[in-house]
Amino acid sequence: MGFLGTVWTIARKDLVVEARSRELAYTTLFFAVSVVLVFSFSFVVDGAPLTDAAAGILWVGIAFSGTLALGRTFERERQADTLKALLLSPVERPAIYLGKLVGVLLLMLGVELFVVPIIGLLFQAPVTRAPWLLAGLLAAGTVGFAAVGTLFAAMLMRAHSRDVLLPVLLYPITVPLVIAGVRGTASIFAVEPNLAVAQAWLSMLVFFDAVFLTLALWVFGPVMNE
Amino acid sequence: MVDAADLVAEAAAERQTVDFDAVDVEDVSRHYGRRRALAHVSLSVGRGEILGLFGPNGAGKSTLLSVLSTLLRPSTGRVRYGAHLSDEAGDALRGQIGVLGHDLFLYPDLSARENLTFFGRLYGLDTRGGSGLEHLVNQSLAFARLTERADDRAGSFSRGLRQRLALERALLHQPRLLLLDEPFTGLDDESALVLIARLRMLREAGQIVVMATHDFDTAEAVVDRAICIDRGRAWPVTVTGGSLRDRYRRTLQERDQARLEKGTAGH
Repeated sequence: MGFLGTVWTIARKDLVVEARSRELAYTTLFFAVSVVLVFSFSFVVDGAPLTDAAAGILWVGIAFSGTLALGRTFERERQADTLKALLLSPVERPAIYLGKLVGVLLLMLGVELFVVPIIGLLFQAPVTRAPWLLAGLLAAGTVGFAAVGTLFAAMLMRAHSRDVLLPVLLYPITVPLVIAGVRGTASIFAVEPNLAVAQAWLSMLVFFDAVFLTLALWVFGPVMNE
Repeated sequence: MVDAADLVAEAAAERQTVDFDAVDVEDVSRHYGRRRALAHVSLSVGRGEILGLFGPNGAGKSTLLSVLSTLLRPSTGRVRYGAHLSDEAGDALRGQIGVLGHDLFLYPDLSARENLTFFGRLYGLDTRGGSGLEHLVNQSLAFARLTERADDRAGSFSRGLRQRLALERALLHQPRLLLLDEPFTGLDDESALVLIARLRMLREAGQIVVMATHDFDTAEAVVDRAICIDRGRAWPVTVTGGSLRDRYRRTLQERDQARLEKGTAGH
């Protein structure tokens, strides 16, 4: 089995486990929808939403629910020490990292499929104005967020305060990603949309993804060896 | 009839593997921060040998197994697997090591069959379009006497059943070196006897087994040589005179006596 086969084997295992318990899907989705709903009471006044609020709340929902998913995914590997079993197998460390990343990524993207229409509904955001561009921004932002998050969640698996430390470490590093995501999405949702600006933010997100993924793939092996 | 050894050999031929006749631990120490878990441990174990590691809780047995499994690097010293060092052989070496950990390394939400199939894939055993792995998994389930519960979730099994399944997971790829941490935990008498018979088969097949346990009575039936680990140091257990438990106790007494005499001589 090749490198990509190993990545898919690990990701598929995570998806099968999730399909059985549906624990992560339900909790992250519930959390993301709750965030959007609560904010809608503050930022929608007399049926009119505040400018740019929809983009910000969408990304807050993604970041918070993603953190929840990351912590819980690795908690599963910790319970029976199965990450150790993965590390003992004769597969390349980057394949393990990517396998875990793909599992988290698919879950986060699945949650976004539900949250985006709710944002459109509650904040009257034009989510269908440039669907491919919006999908690109969401996908690129989620890849970068999950790339850093997967690395940190794996590193913190043996830390006592891992639930506290994960957001403390993750949010400062991913601030540029979230800002790029918010600004790009706001450019699409604006009354006078500027798709060229949104494309520029997308390019920046792709650049961040490349940097974060390269660093994470490079660091994961040595970090996990100890 | 398909032979499991042929299927594993077929899978091994498709990926890079290494083989070895002995494992040599050379003056290995391991520190966790300022705490010393292993101190200048040297030992050797060869093909067809079962080495027992005994000692109190927290003595360093599990740390030594982690070092042997390549999961932990020694702070000083080195471990040789025949002509190979762990840092050099990497993935190929890990394919020849099987580990039964205290935490069993099983996914509770996957069935017994799915657990074995998942790890079989990671070890590159899915030859012949998957039929090779299917055969190996069925055989392992039969060895674990779990054929009838093959599709039940591992999380629904008792500790003993999970222990049997975890042992088969560790043996699925027929490793040259098998590392067992408390393998008799949770096993009933019948299962313990089955495990002993299995370990004897492995010895005859030329596999190297290192086992850490507190169960002297059960282990006595199968270990060829015993090492006492205490406070990170390794002491060979006296070869003759009484049961394994008696010999272990005598070894500790002799060691304490020697320490005392050394201390008195120093004053």
